[in-house]
Amino acid sequence: MTHPIDSVKTYAWVWAVLLILTALTTAVAHIDLGVFSVVAALGIATVKMLLVALFFMHIRYSDKLTKLVVLGGLLWLGLLIVLTLADVFTRGWLGFPGK
Amino acid sequence: MNTAVMPERENYLNASYGLKSWLLTKDHKRIALLYLITITLFFLLGGVFATLIRLELLSPNGHLMSSDTYNKMFTMHGVVMIFFFLIPSIPAAIGNFVLPMMIGARDLAFPRINLLSWYLLVIGGLLAIFAMVSGGVDTGWTFYTPYSTSYSNTWVIATALGIFVAGFSSILTGLNFIVTIHRMRAPGMTWFRMPLFVWAHYATSVIQVLGTPVLAVTLVLVLCERLFHIGLFDPALGGDPVLFQHLFWFYSHPAVYIMVLPAMGVVSELVSTFSRKAIFGYKFVAFSSVAIAVLGFLVWGHHMFVSGQSLYAGMVFSFLSYFVAIPSAIKVFNWTATLYKGSISFETPMLYAFGFIGLFTIGGLTGLFVAALGVDIHVTDTYFVVAHFHYIMVGGAIMAYMGAIHFWWPKMTGRMYPEGWAKLSALVIFLGFNLTFFPQFILGYLGMPRRYHTYPDEFQVLHVFSTAGASVLAVGYFIPLVYLLWSLRYGKVAGANPWGATGLEWQTASPPPVHNFDVTPVVDCDAYDYSRVIREVVEIG
Amino acid sequence: MASQAHVETLAVREQFDTAHQQQDASTLGMWIFLLTEIMFFGGMFMMYTVYRAVYPHVFGLASSTLNEMIGAVNTAVLLCSSFTMVLAVRGAQLGRRRTVMLFLILTIVLGLVFLGVKGFEWNQKFQEHHVPGLAFHMEGTSQQGPAQLFFSLYFAMTGLHALHMVLGCGLMLYLLWRTYRGTYSAEYYTPIDMGGLYWHFVDVIWIFLFPLLYLIDRHLK
Repeated sequence: MTHPIDSVKTYAWVWAVLLILTALTTAVAHIDLGVFSVVAALGIATVKMLLVALFFMHIRYSDKLTKLVVLGGLLWLGLLIVLTLADVFTRGWLGFPGK
Repeated sequence: MNTAVMPERENYLNASYGLKSWLLTKDHKRIALLYLITITLFFLLGGVFATLIRLELLSPNGHLMSSDTYNKMFTMHGVVMIFFFLIPSIPAAIGNFVLPMMIGARDLAFPRINLLSWYLLVIGGLLAIFAMVSGGVDTGWTFYTPYSTSYSNTWVIATALGIFVAGFSSILTGLNFIVTIHRMRAPGMTWFRMPLFVWAHYATSVIQVLGTPVLAVTLVLVLCERLFHIGLFDPALGGDPVLFQHLFWFYSHPAVYIMVLPAMGVVSELVSTFSRKAIFGYKFVAFSSVAIAVLGFLVWGHHMFVSGQSLYAGMVFSFLSYFVAIPSAIKVFNWTATLYKGSISFETPMLYAFGFIGLFTIGGLTGLFVAALGVDIHVTDTYFVVAHFHYIMVGGAIMAYMGAIHFWWPKMTGRMYPEGWAKLSALVIFLGFNLTFFPQFILGYLGMPRRYHTYPDEFQVLHVFSTAGASVLAVGYFIPLVYLLWSLRYGKVAGANPWGATGLEWQTASPPPVHNFDVTPVVDCDAYDYSRVIREVVEIG
Repeated sequence: MASQAHVETLAVREQFDTAHQQQDASTLGMWIFLLTEIMFFGGMFMMYTVYRAVYPHVFGLASSTLNEMIGAVNTAVLLCSSFTMVLAVRGAQLGRRRTVMLFLILTIVLGLVFLGVKGFEWNQKFQEHHVPGLAFHMEGTSQQGPAQLFFSLYFAMTGLHALHMVLGCGLMLYLLWRTYRGTYSAEYYTPIDMGGLYWHFVDVIWIFLFPLLYLIDRHLK
């Protein structure tokens, strides 16, 4: 798929935002947000990932299959993490010794 | 009847000669043959370990070998059979050959990566063999921590490396198949006109690319712990050994579907061809393959019911495990419905298909037994589980593999195998298999633990039956080795379509030309349309 | 579609019918490969998630022994390398050989800077006895075991990432050489495109590694 050729300006803007977000996440880490510190950190990281993926990796021009591949990968990783945590966090819930 | 003279027509076998033309080939058909030879050798090696295991189990007090040696035997049997035989088997030896042809392509999307896949399997295998001859590994094919990371004094690193490398062979094959199926179908070959064999391999490939990398990183972590003392699973550091099991089974459960889905794809082709009828419920079977691939990733905790995993998680995994049986059952029902009012013939491939259907059903149903939390507490780590998975892997997958070899043999070699001997072997294999593994269900239920080589005297009768069966099974596998090799020179010369099967691979010569088709086919009919088939048993002209 | 045997070129290899088909196949193949990489790194991300959830305090302490400024600057270096990489790909799309070479060289240099800084950081950890298995000791906690778990993850994850960076630099060098030799053009530049995808992916991994390893509980310091 020969996608449209983006301008240097577009790339430069994305690059600038990425650098700003890096500074932001470093600064925000010093603020006590309690449980939301993690949310903020991961949220900013996700935005950075989307910028790199959409603009630098040209996913915004990709066909549906490519988008499905990326989404599927992230979903599958999520599956691994969530179902494992479902074990780790529920140990001892049902009151049986060792379970 | 032409028996002695090879066809003069150029085909992929005689187009070029010499070792280099084989070892540096880009032709998917030649690569399939390279795989076929390689995995046959690994099957023999795995069989040697099986023989030693069964010999040891003839007597209750384990006189042939020490416990440590026995641990190595079952470990290496499992490692070789799973990673170096079953996982590659149908996709690499059969799929590589016929899949491009089935969709009307000249080759896979990435022929050089295909060749690389084979080299990776060989290199991984050599690493594993190095570990074996250096003294072996005794952790079980499951490599549970902390034994594998902290306590075992055997060749864990070399074996883990070998499996790691072979894993990339599997990943690249899956990647190649997915891209090929998406991008290389001939004009008119829509998704729902593809043979079900292709659907099965598509689903298998999705599992390979999603699951195998997790096994790879798990092995890396084991290696890091052994080599660099990066103790991520070490309980002494507050680490959790059960996390290893989560990572390991996240791959290894879907892995069993890597082994059985291609077999099911084969069975769909065989049942249709030898009842001369389109597969009943084509779309159901196609979607079931995909469903198995997806659901297979949601159930891994059923291997961990007694590991220390939370009871709540155990309940979730047990519940989900029942769902994965449904698409498999749908397939069995559809094959049966295909047979109904079909024009059934009993050539050897069909015998293997019948064997698959019956034995896979038993294996699959016993899977439901072990999926039940309560039953599994009783039978886990016993011979019941061993029998369960051998019914699926040997009674199912290997039967389908044998069926596939016989079915596509004329296409691959241009020769027919001797039908009488083939039927005999199929029967011997079926009888030998059941004699070997049915007693193991009983043994397991009565409490015989797996991975033990000593046992109470009252179990000996059943073990003797099992070992007797194993010897019959070995004979059953040996005979085809002989007559298939014999047929290369003395077998009847085969025509393009000796079975009267549908599928594009049967519309080109046996053996096929280098580029598969002299003219790229244009597809305008459904997958199992028997009204258009020309049955060419013997080569015409 | 008639007979198949056409003269094989780089842009249309013999198994393909058109250049468009080949490019489509290459792109899909590369994305599936990156999918496998997500799952490969993913196993370690899972381990991290579990252990951080179980030992939040120790992980916070351990994280604070890392120099967040160096980490942030290194993150910026890598983001700059992604910028130069995408400009290299853009140059390839426009058929500008010298532009491609310039930006590939810049990308490699920035990648090497990143690796150099990483090496410096690792050496620091070695000096401070924060390397598991090598007389490990971290001040400020009695939970030395879980502290080692943090650093095991730190070295395993940044190590795997660094390995991918090294391979990436090697890949860029190869593409640089090929570009110099005139292999690519505006009609055929797929390998550069694919190399770009790989490079950006490795960058995305670091985008997550930085906050997860360096920025735990910084507000407590």
